[in-house]
Amino acid sequence: MVSGSVFFQRESAMPQPSISKSMTIGESGLAVVFAVTAFLCVIASAKALDAPFAFHAALGAAGSLAAVFFIVNNYYDRPASLPAEEINGRPNYNMGPIKFSSFMAMFWGIAGFLVGLIIASQLAWPALNFDLPWIQFGRLRPLHTSAVIFAFGGNVLLATSFYVVQKSCRARLAGYLAPWFVVVGYNFFILVAGTGYLLGVTQGKEYAEPEWYSDLWLTIVWVVYLLVFLVTIIKRREPHIFVANWFYLAFIVTIAVLHLGNNPALPVSILGSKSYIAWGGIQDAMFQWWYGHNAVGFFLTAGFLAIMYYFIPKRAERPIYSYRLSIIHFWALIFLYIWAGPHHLHYTALPDWTQTLGMTFSIMLWMPSWGGMINGLMTLSGAWDKLRTDPVLRMLVVSVAFYGMSTFEGPMMSIKVVNSLSHYTDWTIGHVHSGALGWVGFVSFGALYCLVPWAWNRKGLYSLKLVNWHFWIATLGIVLYISAMWVSGILQGLMWRAYTSLGFLEYSFIETVEAMHPFYIIRAAGGALFLIGSLIMAYNLWMTVRVGEQEVQMPVALQPAE
Amino acid sequence: MKAILTFDNLASSLVTTIWTPVFVAIFLAIVAYAFWPRNKAAFDEAARLPLREE
Repeated sequence: MVSGSVFFQRESAMPQPSISKSMTIGESGLAVVFAVTAFLCVIASAKALDAPFAFHAALGAAGSLAAVFFIVNNYYDRPASLPAEEINGRPNYNMGPIKFSSFMAMFWGIAGFLVGLIIASQLAWPALNFDLPWIQFGRLRPLHTSAVIFAFGGNVLLATSFYVVQKSCRARLAGYLAPWFVVVGYNFFILVAGTGYLLGVTQGKEYAEPEWYSDLWLTIVWVVYLLVFLVTIIKRREPHIFVANWFYLAFIVTIAVLHLGNNPALPVSILGSKSYIAWGGIQDAMFQWWYGHNAVGFFLTAGFLAIMYYFIPKRAERPIYSYRLSIIHFWALIFLYIWAGPHHLHYTALPDWTQTLGMTFSIMLWMPSWGGMINGLMTLSGAWDKLRTDPVLRMLVVSVAFYGMSTFEGPMMSIKVVNSLSHYTDWTIGHVHSGALGWVGFVSFGALYCLVPWAWNRKGLYSLKLVNWHFWIATLGIVLYISAMWVSGILQGLMWRAYTSLGFLEYSFIETVEAMHPFYIIRAAGGALFLIGSLIMAYNLWMTVRVGEQEVQMPVALQPAE
Repeated sequence: MKAILTFDNLASSLVTTIWTPVFVAIFLAIVAYAFWPRNKAAFDEAARLPLREE
């Protein structure tokens, strides 16, 4: 499918009325595969052992039928030849899947922030779970984390990676249906995973909660993603592979390895949702946190560093401060990150040397992290004045500052004595959110503010003033959030370890919970501000697409065929 | 017979034997590549890659 559509297109820039229209192997093959899948899903749904599995199989059937309909319908609508690789010597960039992912990113972002606000409020006021099983904290919490990390963050990475790889390789995205399969298939995975959490379907592994059938589907989608990305790089017209593409590639490859390593499971039945993980005991814990920490390292770091290395130079109109540093940054990150996982298991049954190894590598990560931060910030040299006038650039730069802050804090918390205070407390939550809201959130917002006008071919954003409002409201929200959690976490840790003169624990557990109450309210307020900021953003982007002025193009650059 | 392939043995032998020097050597080679004077022009060019509009 990928190669088929790549090669036919070169001639098709010239008018070729003699071509008779026929389905590509990819179109017909994929349509047949989806038709068979739909049939199998209907059977699975009818014979399912549990209700959530029946529901998911029905979703699978509906999705497969929709895919067949889309492929056939698209075939009848499209011209005889597939979109050209180049038009008048310029790459014919494929913006359709990028637009789709950008839209989904904004949608899932708002959903994820909203669920976060709900569970933050539930922690402050437990009555808000209304005694309904579907909206218990235990079900909504993975919905929140998956929605913000994998749905919001994942769609941002899909959109930006497909954009950056095309532009920096000067080549059209590989494949005709393949990029669509990736972006729609990935969002279908999110839908199945998310509805599963609400219905109580979970593996119980943090950040890897989706059950075996969602995992299998994601594996297929991810392999196609890797192929689309790789083939686009292979057919590049630019001799050098730009550093952002290295980061994206590391993200895609490592997530595949982590996903396969952490998730091998034996289903109780192929007609039921429950499965058991192959690993047991401390090996399972180590696999889980090897996965969990490198999901931070390669999903939330490497992928978004790729955004930093393309979008900051582009927006600041300055070259990367040091390309040499970016190469060393990349390889140092790759060599070190993969060992840091054990710091999640300090003072557990994990062998002591493994804990120390994880701590040591975590501390070494200071170097590439700060090297990368300096590289991102110094890219502004000669353009610092733009921070005053361009709130989008300000968002990107503040995100890098948060990256530096949270990657300073993380290694510090991995030191065993510090960890003995911080572990299991809200300090961890504060740390995660300074990285998630400040770094990943802001760099994603900055990238989307750039990407939407570029992909929809608009002169600029609808309103920079609204970006400014978004920036300040969200920043205030982050400050409230993380400072509340720092205070709360350290207080919690100190209360847990306080002894009386007679050697008894000074506080009962419920007393520590009571002490958290005001901070939980402040945290919820911070989350509400962050959500409000994202709503402003969604309105701004919507208006950019709806009423934004079209960029005047040179006559050769036609709109992509989508 | 006690299993040879315990997690402890496998992991510690991987970490402490051949791989450490191999990885260090690869990394040093990459650093040398990054700082090799002849590569400077190409890297300066690559640093401007996002700015080139097509």
